[in-house]
Amino acid sequence: MKLSKNFTNPLAANNPVIVQILGICSALAVTVKMEPALVMGLSVTFVCAFSNLIMSLLRNGVPSRIRIIVQLVVIATLVIVVDQFLRAYMYDVSKQLSVYVGLIITNCIVMGRVEAFALGNKPWDAFVDGVANGLGYAFILVLVAFFRELFGSGELFGIEILGDWYTPNALMLFPPMALIIIGCIIWVHRTINKDLQEK
Amino acid sequence: MLNLFINSVFIENMVFAYFFGMCSYIAVSKSVKTALGLGAAVTFVQVMTVPLNYLLNQYVLAPNALAEGVDLSFLSFILFIAVIAAFVQLVEMVVEKFSPSLYNSLGIFLPLIAVNCAIMGGSLFMQQMVGTEINSVGDSIVYGLGSGIGWWLAIVMMAAIREKIEYSHVPAAMKGPGIAFIITGLMGMAFMIFSGIQL
Repeated sequence: MKLSKNFTNPLAANNPVIVQILGICSALAVTVKMEPALVMGLSVTFVCAFSNLIMSLLRNGVPSRIRIIVQLVVIATLVIVVDQFLRAYMYDVSKQLSVYVGLIITNCIVMGRVEAFALGNKPWDAFVDGVANGLGYAFILVLVAFFRELFGSGELFGIEILGDWYTPNALMLFPPMALIIIGCIIWVHRTINKDLQEK
Repeated sequence: MLNLFINSVFIENMVFAYFFGMCSYIAVSKSVKTALGLGAAVTFVQVMTVPLNYLLNQYVLAPNALAEGVDLSFLSFILFIAVIAAFVQLVEMVVEKFSPSLYNSLGIFLPLIAVNCAIMGGSLFMQQMVGTEINSVGDSIVYGLGSGIGWWLAIVMMAAIREKIEYSHVPAAMKGPGIAFIITGLMGMAFMIFSGIQL
């Protein structure tokens, strides 16, 4: 019961991106197209899950004074693994993601979950929490990318969806529209979940 | 060099074009005073870490830099973040020792900066620009300064707008982060007019 709640909570009611406003930096930059957004979401899920697992296993052995640096080393190592994997097997996508793969290290979701959850919970719980938060992040990325790619170039995953009658709105591909879309997602989300509204 | 500076402040602004440092940008932009403090701290750390990482990149990480046939560039994530974290820690200790008044105004922001994506992003972009725009330590200092000032400018403008918006009628669900994202998007559109300026 508790485990399933841990899993579903970050997906909607306590989504890391639109409720806790974490990890925005990379959330917006990679959402011009669906494919990089999906890859980025899965990469963050991987890093988040395994950094949670590893830090949870180490939680009794690491003195709290140096825990930040240990966390950074663990996270950076996992990010290097992801980066090398993408370069080897998905070179085009890794080119599109450019520096944002490296920025998973400073993604506040990863660090935040390790600090807030993994250091106080058992490895399996921490792993599930990492997967769930990563997927919550991936969900928002894919949602933003859906609107931007559909209206910005009339395609999804590079396949034409809207026909010739649609003139692509290039403004959707520029950075400012990502911010406005995420603002609107927050608006809709808080209209439904009234308890999140600020007084 | 002037071109690089103008470019990094206005055209490739850290916040509006690349979404770097969005987490603290949204969280700390509630009053102009704290925004000024954080902006100053980010600019300072940026000016110091970008050249440091430039030297590290040129003399250790780049292909054939350390020894013939040795390419350590896959280690750049972990070394850059280590430099940043160590530098932030060092600055905190030095400032605390020699200038307690500065420490009191800046001190609380310093630990935040180690995980600010603007700093890591600045170093990663610098690494990509080596050989094109950035060819010397001087260039990397200018780039660090420009991108830091760009971030500073953005967060202070945002804080000023948010102070005023306290008095306006914002839909309940939009209050806080929602409206902040939309405002940032609109500011980003305004900043798009700078694109294409060459000096």
